[in-house]
Amino acid sequence: MDPETRRAIIMENYLNPYNREPAPANYIKVNTNNESCIDNLDIYLLIEDDIIKDVKFTGEACAISTSATSIMIKLLLGKTISEAQNLLTNYRNMINELPYDAEILEEALCFDEIYKQQNRKNCALLPWKGIEKALAKYQENK
Amino acid sequence: MHTEDFPMLKQDIIYLDNGATTLKPYAVIDAITDYYENYSANAHRGDYDISLKVDLAYENTRDIVKEFLNARYLEEIIFTSGATQSLNMIANGFFAPLLESGDEIIISKSEHASNVIPWFEIATAKNVHIKYVDLDDNHYVTINNLKKAITPNTKVIALAGITNVIGDERPIKEICKLAHEHNIFVVVDGAQSVPHLKTDVQDLDCDFLAFSAHKLCGPTGVGVLYGKIELLEHLIPQNYGGGMNETFDNESEVYLKSLPTRLEAGTPNIAGVIGLGAAINYLNQIGMENITSYERELRRYLINELMQIPHIDIINPESDSGIVAFNVDGIFAQDIAVYLNKYHVCIRAGNHCAKILKSEVGVTNTCRVSLYFYNTKRDVDKLVELLKDKNKIIEEMI
Ligand SMILES: Cc1ncc(COP(=O)(O)O)c(C=O)c1O
Repeated sequence: MDPETRRAIIMENYLNPYNREPAPANYIKVNTNNESCIDNLDIYLLIEDDIIKDVKFTGEACAISTSATSIMIKLLLGKTISEAQNLLTNYRNMINELPYDAEILEEALCFDEIYKQQNRKNCALLPWKGIEKALAKYQENK
Repeated sequence: MHTEDFPMLKQDIIYLDNGATTLKPYAVIDAITDYYENYSANAHRGDYDISLKVDLAYENTRDIVKEFLNARYLEEIIFTSGATQSLNMIANGFFAPLLESGDEIIISKSEHASNVIPWFEIATAKNVHIKYVDLDDNHYVTINNLKKAITPNTKVIALAGITNVIGDERPIKEICKLAHEHNIFVVVDGAQSVPHLKTDVQDLDCDFLAFSAHKLCGPTGVGVLYGKIELLEHLIPQNYGGGMNETFDNESEVYLKSLPTRLEAGTPNIAGVIGLGAAINYLNQIGMENITSYERELRRYLINELMQIPHIDIINPESDSGIVAFNVDGIFAQDIAVYLNKYHVCIRAGNHCAKILKSEVGVTNTCRVSLYFYNTKRDVDKLVELLKDKNKIIEEMI
């Protein structure tokens, strides 16, 4: 992805994040934060019949974490749990410079060079750590 | 001033995170290297020349600290691993055995975690209450509010001399006077005050004081616990082992050494203590009054400059210390720190270990600039220049 597009996607999702709002009580709620920094987000997940119906988030975080969350939410909507897990694996591989499937990551490809900024990798991973927890919670309570 | 004394400042950086830790001058680095290169033996084992030299150097720092704080006795100076350990020793070794169910501890919402959580632990274990003195509109502690917080059950007031986010200088002398009229002990967290202000424990009349070497140009991993001798005598050691015992034959007959050794079990941080002595000598050469007044002037300059920038909101415009907390309108504090880092300007973003402060100030996270005497107007100019243009920040923060 070229630097201009990368920048544009990140800024758009930072300034106008998707679904940044509190959720009703029937959503699965998880908190996700980075020990080494001050990002702190609550992520809310609604799953019906193993399909992700809705994801919302609230909290304070930096431009990278906030945009990564917004982008993640758009990717996850309508996906099955196993599709979500596949996205998670590929996204994490991209952040960690491992082989990944670029076809499925769409906008999230804007973080394909975040590894160059070591201290921001965790920011890009933050929402995905949250969704992993939320999915685990869902499986447990099923 | 004195920038030439600091090897770190040869790099292309502007270091404005002195509240977290300070840079080290050659004088300190050389003293530590000298120990490791030329007389690297243990202390208190003086059967040969170099070990005796270690003893003398180690105990010489105690002298230096005693003079620095104007303590009455050498035995009132205990070397620890830092302010955090000192505060834990005071809380657990002195107050935990003393406090009884229903007693009250007064702290404030702008304390650092190290002057909060040790008290929380005691509160839970001993059914003791933590009370927060109300802060005024500037988030300061006032004598009047303290008077209101004190009850017949209050046993200890634990406050920072200068706080690490708001940077306000507390009226410790008046606080001690008030507290002692009510038979209340005063613990001063001096982590942010001792490096910047002349501290005279006899004049203040505080009962305990804690600080770290690394925030006053000294090495990491070493600090001081000061206590009035009659109180320290009752402080129960948390660490038992070598160096601090007189004799022992079986578990019921362990005789402990006298102060200060009793509270310094095990091989101490000898290099650190020697470095601390060198750091205080270095500060004394500059003069604590000069340091304080230089920092005040630099702070005023910074505040005046920041005030001109409409998108900057200063949390503590009135404080006296070199600590300035602010936010840039609509931009997350950490993004500001990341942006400044691109220009090698080091500041801190976050809650600065003062997690209970947010309910007072209404913001969770801030950018914090904390100055020391080696910062210059040029440093401030560079910072201000970078913060002036909000579009540039947004442009470059990711
Ligand atoms: C006010 C205050 N108290 C205590 C501490 C703890 O000091 P240390 O981490 O050196 O033990 C700090 C350090 O950040 C501080 O700012």
